[in-house]
Amino acid sequence: MSPHAQEQDPTNAYQSLSETTEHDDPRWAFGSGFEDVQAEIEAPVPDGADAADLAEYCLMLGDDALICSHRVSEWVSNAPELEEEVALANTALDLLGQARVLLSRAGHVEGAGRDEDALAYLRGEAEFRNVGLAELGDDLDFGVAVARLLVFSTWRLALLSRLRDSRDPVVAAVAAKGVKELTYHRDWAARWALRLGDGTDESHRRMQAGLETVWPHVEELFRTSDVERRLVDAGVATDPAATREEVDAVLDQVLAAATLTRPTLPGRGTLGGRAGRQGAHTEALGHVLDRLQSLARAHPGASW
Amino acid sequence: MPEETQALEAQFDATVAADRRIEPRDWMPEGYRKTLIRQIAQHAHSEIIGMQPEGNWILRAPSLRRKAILLAKVQDEAGHGMYLYAAAETLGVDREDLTERLIDSRQKYSSIFNYPALSYADIGVIGWLVDGAAICNQVPLCRCSYGPYARAMIRICKEESFHQRQGYELLLAMVNGTDTQREMVQESVNRWWWPSLMMFGPPDGDSPNTQQSMAWGIKRHTNDELRQRFVDMSVPQAAALGVTLPDPDLRWNADRGAHDYGEPDWAEFKAVISGSGPANAQRVAHRRRAHDNGAWVREAAQAYADKQAARTKEAAA
Repeated sequence: MSPHAQEQDPTNAYQSLSETTEHDDPRWAFGSGFEDVQAEIEAPVPDGADAADLAEYCLMLGDDALICSHRVSEWVSNAPELEEEVALANTALDLLGQARVLLSRAGHVEGAGRDEDALAYLRGEAEFRNVGLAELGDDLDFGVAVARLLVFSTWRLALLSRLRDSRDPVVAAVAAKGVKELTYHRDWAARWALRLGDGTDESHRRMQAGLETVWPHVEELFRTSDVERRLVDAGVATDPAATREEVDAVLDQVLAAATLTRPTLPGRGTLGGRAGRQGAHTEALGHVLDRLQSLARAHPGASW
Repeated sequence: MPEETQALEAQFDATVAADRRIEPRDWMPEGYRKTLIRQIAQHAHSEIIGMQPEGNWILRAPSLRRKAILLAKVQDEAGHGMYLYAAAETLGVDREDLTERLIDSRQKYSSIFNYPALSYADIGVIGWLVDGAAICNQVPLCRCSYGPYARAMIRICKEESFHQRQGYELLLAMVNGTDTQREMVQESVNRWWWPSLMMFGPPDGDSPNTQQSMAWGIKRHTNDELRQRFVDMSVPQAAALGVTLPDPDLRWNADRGAHDYGEPDWAEFKAVISGSGPANAQRVAHRRRAHDNGAWVREAAQAYADKQAARTKEAAA
């Protein structure tokens, strides 16, 4: 190193670069905030729960978060105000953090040596277990984005608040932290639903249209898969059907205050009874994965 | 000049000379105010436009950890834009107006963001070189004579230095990866090195505003001084990465105690700042599109706030 660069200048932030990079600095795990959970990822499968079921359940919760995070991230540099840039990026980051822990847990419980990245980047569409709502695109229409996040966060908050008591320590830890995050996401979405619904004629129309875009994906949220049913009995999962009353009540309250009408559209049909939880997706997921996975797949064996 | 103004100006000069801060309510020369508005706005615009080249890779980040780091960084940039616009607002302009000036190309942003981010190595190189150059420029601004700007810069610099380390750490991981990854890093450094040097602005002989800004305590070092400092710091860091900086004239000069380096292509710099860089049109169009697409949302928020205020008033009556 040149003598010039060795000057000690405490105001010179640039200098810190040539110091040793501390990989255990918690800020390196930006976005997860789950460092304390890392040890628990390897916790044994709770008694009475099937390992394959638990792995699949972690994928469901993790994929919902990962794919919804991707959709929210599409707003980066496209938001209507800087405050909303920050809020949307923060929401995407929270969901990504939840996904990382849940996918890591899924990979560990599965026992096939797959980590969060192998699961996120190397699975095909049919192996994803997220609900259709998470993958729904919005074409950068803020009305659709708010409607999607309002429904998604209201539902996920209802799930996570029940999952704080899960017998799986990782699911319980993600839920405990996630409840705080989702409370903020729901609050943000509800405030915008109010402003748009009770703002101008145009915003009312677009917020209502957003709800109608989202609505066919609502019914799926309350359908209980076989995996969930078995894990409810084992005290690990919560039954999504049981969250319906709470979700409806919250949405009714927000929509009424926002002068919006609850859509009466029918739910999206299944493929012979199969939907997102069974790997049967909309056409949108393939496009999400094309972007999400392209670089990782182009460099097999690379480490980043 | 009226006597009263002379007294105020003397007080202003004394405050600056004593290295104390000018605050929003203090008297200041019109030129000082204009210079600061221009500089702070340009800086705020740079944060916001700078989200685009990085945002280009968030959806494709090659690992979830890298995706989280990049998302957090871009979120910080939006936050920096907010503090800086708020600092500019203390000088009597408003953010909406400054945004209009940006999308009408009446105000500029850092020339560096008119270059495209073409590979994931660019994310690392932007952190290492671009944020590194920005930090060299910005650390002295933490002692700028204008209080709100200096305070915003202290917070920004702390976050920037972390971004820079993250960028460098990505490059370290990549040079320790596959041959293709190492090639990606070198290729990226080749593209970003010269534009990074240009971030310090034109050579001192061609920088008419520098002397006045230094006299006002806005600027502490000349463009060439900061550029030299950046070169001297980057050389050992490049060596540690095992990459070559694309300058055949770069070598240690023991007499000067500094590195000699080649002349950046100032014709390219002038072309880029006057609008014909590789990505100028795209960057401004993107910002304008986002702003226009958000107009109905901002109008709704205003209409709702107005209705709420009217309701509160009605309830109180």
